[in-house]
Amino acid sequence: MVPPVLEVDDLNTTYQRRVVLDAIDLSVDGPALVAIVGPNGAGKSTFLKSILGLVPCTGSVRVLGQPIDSVRRRIGYVPQRESVDWDFPVSVGDVALMGTYGRLGWFRRPGAAERRVAQECLSRVGLDGLEDRQIGRLSGGQQQRTFLARALAQQADVYFMDEPMAGVDASTQAVIFDLLDELRDAGKTVFVVHHDLRTVASRFDRVVMLNRRLIAAGPMAEVFTTENLQQTYDSQFVTLDEAIACSATTR
Amino acid sequence: MGLTVWTIVIGTTAAAACSLVGCYLVLRRLSLLGDAISHAVLPGLVAAFLITGRVGGWPAVLGALIVGVLTSVLADIVHRRTGVPEDAGLGVVFTSLFALGVVLLGLADGTDLDPGCVLYGLIELAPLDTAPVFGLEVPRTLLTLVPVLLITIGLFVLFWKEVQLTAFDPAHAVAAGIHAGLIHHAVLALTAGVIVASFEAVGSILVVAMLVVPPVTAGLITRRLHHLMPMAVFFATTAATGGTLLATWWNTSVAGMMAVVAGVQLGCLLAVSSVILGERQSRGERGVSPGR
Repeated sequence: MVPPVLEVDDLNTTYQRRVVLDAIDLSVDGPALVAIVGPNGAGKSTFLKSILGLVPCTGSVRVLGQPIDSVRRRIGYVPQRESVDWDFPVSVGDVALMGTYGRLGWFRRPGAAERRVAQECLSRVGLDGLEDRQIGRLSGGQQQRTFLARALAQQADVYFMDEPMAGVDASTQAVIFDLLDELRDAGKTVFVVHHDLRTVASRFDRVVMLNRRLIAAGPMAEVFTTENLQQTYDSQFVTLDEAIACSATTR
Repeated sequence: MGLTVWTIVIGTTAAAACSLVGCYLVLRRLSLLGDAISHAVLPGLVAAFLITGRVGGWPAVLGALIVGVLTSVLADIVHRRTGVPEDAGLGVVFTSLFALGVVLLGLADGTDLDPGCVLYGLIELAPLDTAPVFGLEVPRTLLTLVPVLLITIGLFVLFWKEVQLTAFDPAHAVAAGIHAGLIHHAVLALTAGVIVASFEAVGSILVVAMLVVPPVTAGLITRRLHHLMPMAVFFATTAATGGTLLATWWNTSVAGMMAVVAGVQLGCLLAVSSVILGERQSRGERGVSPGR
């Protein structure tokens, strides 16, 4: 039997004595595009970081049936764009190449094969010709695509993306959605923290609704309901349409 | 060989080592961590002296390595556990350790370990204390400085990927299975070692200058990490050489002059880059921020 892509059992994360995630139980089968939605401060980013072991937490997390530390080479991570210093002296090509480092292991240097992979990944996100540009001299959308190229270069089976659509232009958003479809069609599973409720139902297969605790998770048609949205967003909205319209204005 | 030549050799070796680790600190926005470590290592130096009865040399470097790691680990713990800002955590730890060092120094009274000497160093006197190496009388301080520089270069070459990832995006590095925390603390330990090896030769003020100024100067003219480090070393060594020559000529403080030359290099490049930037903007091109 194929193990679930993600299996979370009683995950608790506290930050400075404040409970951020409370007893999360979750099991997700792949391949799938999984949207993680919830209001600001619901712990969506922390949820990804807890799964990846970037913040201290309790409970058990298994990815592809194994503890996270044994499957890191099969995992790709796209952090929030604001998490790095974009004045850092690296080029777009350097960042894409960094995606191959995890597989190389200690001491081995990236060679022609790794450079080819990085170049292909840049092409896939439409950044041909920008390899030598310093990353601070890119638009927000191009910076996000650079991060995606780095994740693609990891050649992972499971991806975790933290708000890849935040603050990007329409053309970048289209590129990202096409890329997500490609990844799923290639048998990968992608978890995406996503703000825009308008595109959740049409673009994703599954949804995880989070507000410190797990409100609901499952196939889109069953779970993405007005009732669950009201619970997730603390009954701020009366109808599904209202919630969706509101999400379009907040971001 | 003449004293001036030896002074230049000592100065360039120390400056090169400092500017290399300094690149990492500046990129991680931890420039003042070097200042903190340079104070915090005092108890390590005193402990090394109390155990071996020797001032400086390898025991001091070892003591500094241990206290340097302790500094960054403790600051990290204070920051994570109590939620105080990172710089405040560091401020608490390094002042406490420095104070502990001063107290230890008082307990070991009657020794020739003088805080002034530890902090200010005397590069003018360093070439006088020599030891024979293959028949050549070499300043004793080079016996620690040269290996420390070679180790620094070797480690950066060997762990280039890991250092690059850790400096740029530690969270992504950890997610990809790179031990970013280990690499970070290792670089900080290396920094402590470099600082202490350079201390007795050139003094802490020059050390702090060489940790920060050459990397910042190099950052003005390159936007690639693998060019940044060689360029920082270039600016550091030319500042050390020029500083020694000017100080000998004007008969003033060698270490002070080296730091002044490094500052002048930065000032000149800033002026040049702002002129270029001004021209670009007047031609309607998109401006590039002169910062890193």
